[in-house]
Amino acid sequence: MEILILLVFVFVLAAFLGFELIQKVPSQLHTPLMSGSNAISGITVVGAMIAAGVAEGEFGKWLGFAAVVLAMINVVGGYLVTDRMLGMFKKKGK
Amino acid sequence: MEKLIDLAYIFASILFIFGIKMLGNASTARKGNLLSAVGMLIAVVATLFYKEVVDYPLILAGLAIGAVIGWIWSVKVQMTGMPELVALFNGFGGLASVLVGWAEFEFGKNTDPVTQIAIYSAILIGGVTFTGSFIAYLKLAGKMSGSPTLFAGQKAINAVLFVALLALGVVFVITGSAWSLYAILVLSLALGVLGVLPIGGGDMPVIIAFLNSFSGLAGAAAGFVILNKVLIVAGCLVGTSGIILTMIMCKAMNRTFGNVLFGGFGAAGGATGKAVEGEMKGVSLEDAYYVLEAAQSVVFVPGYGMAVAQAQHAVKELGALLEKNGAEVRYGIHPVAGRMPGHMNVLLAEADVPYEQLCEMDDINAIIETVDVAIIIGANDVVNPAAAEDEGSPIYGMPIIDAYKARTVFALKRGKGAGFSGLENSLFFRDNTRMIYGDAKETMTGLVAQFKR
Repeated sequence: MEILILLVFVFVLAAFLGFELIQKVPSQLHTPLMSGSNAISGITVVGAMIAAGVAEGEFGKWLGFAAVVLAMINVVGGYLVTDRMLGMFKKKGK
Repeated sequence: MEKLIDLAYIFASILFIFGIKMLGNASTARKGNLLSAVGMLIAVVATLFYKEVVDYPLILAGLAIGAVIGWIWSVKVQMTGMPELVALFNGFGGLASVLVGWAEFEFGKNTDPVTQIAIYSAILIGGVTFTGSFIAYLKLAGKMSGSPTLFAGQKAINAVLFVALLALGVVFVITGSAWSLYAILVLSLALGVLGVLPIGGGDMPVIIAFLNSFSGLAGAAAGFVILNKVLIVAGCLVGTSGIILTMIMCKAMNRTFGNVLFGGFGAAGGATGKAVEGEMKGVSLEDAYYVLEAAQSVVFVPGYGMAVAQAQHAVKELGALLEKNGAEVRYGIHPVAGRMPGHMNVLLAEADVPYEQLCEMDDINAIIETVDVAIIIGANDVVNPAAAEDEGSPIYGMPIIDAYKARTVFALKRGKGAGFSGLENSLFFRDNTRMIYGDAKETMTGLVAQFKR
């Protein structure tokens, strides 16, 4: 139970931090911000790895494996696509 | 070991925080993205050291397969295909969270009510994110009609679904039964489909931003399932910063989020505003050329039509020629032009339009009265004066680019029909407006050819 209280605490603080983190974003950055944070939401890959990594040949393990693949597409694709876009913005030379 | 893993997670979380922060600023954005990618790498590597994690071949295979697919897609995508790709990635993230929740249920290690609530949340939020994003993907990719899909009793069905999901949640938390979980899974998937179906193309920027936020929350819920702090922090950050972006989009349309979700904008009939008087006046390419040739300042106002026609390169070429001709060239970008937040910026950047020429709505409106020619390329509602003048109009109050105040307006349009919202645009009927019908790209290329003669 103690750990749960701690986790809720962490969640609430992170929520406030998230609200404060970006306030005024130039519209040029809306898409990269979205796809970049979208890649971060692929953090669920960590949970997927833990589920897939268990030894027993259970059904849940295969669910975890599928989750690893999907989350990893989200992560790698999201970061690369964001980088590609930002690279386009950059090359105008600022 | 556990302590070291936790430390690595804290470090990863810090990198995510800095990453998101830096993504909000043009000069640091790329570095921010890199930082958050490093954070992700650290989190993934640290997770390999959990003592429960023993099946390395399977995990590494999964990581490799996902990485290769993600890499191929991200390299191959055209900039015009960006909105649907972002939607698709987002859906995968949501589905992954569903599967994590489901897998933990199958293991059945923790059956206390709090874990059950977390599993329920992960499956509900993740499921809605998955199918919602997938429908958005189909709409954006043109594999499905982009207009709102409405049918009788839609709202009632959605309400029933919602209540059923709440009731099933209670049943699941109390009994922990498998059937209730499967029912929750199926209904969540259905809710995602039915929730996004009625949302029209013009509202896509809002819904994409919202689904992005939701996928973060799904990750945070999965974090509660496995009691993992880095999932909670990262998921929550994405969730809340996504809400900020959603709000920016709603504000740009002067609508509440509830109105976007439940409005079924423009398709349900209802108020359509005043009838527009006058007629649309066309102009030939040649005459348009003479006006442009004499213009001292020109503003392009792009919309979704530019993306559809893939006209951004031709637009850039014309812009460069006008500049060489001595005119001041700017681009007026409405925050919700296109189908995702920042859509127009991405396309114009791809076409190498100088960053300094891209102006935000307020900056353009401040100087619009001194502009000789405003060229509307496939934009409609974001330049509709009814938003400023006609109180009966459904878009009344929405901030627009005041293109109608420019001395001359050229509106590029495929045909004479109304925009996505079904509204007539009185801009097209004004005395200072001339219509150039046809494909935007061909029109642009035609004007370029005139200049080069």
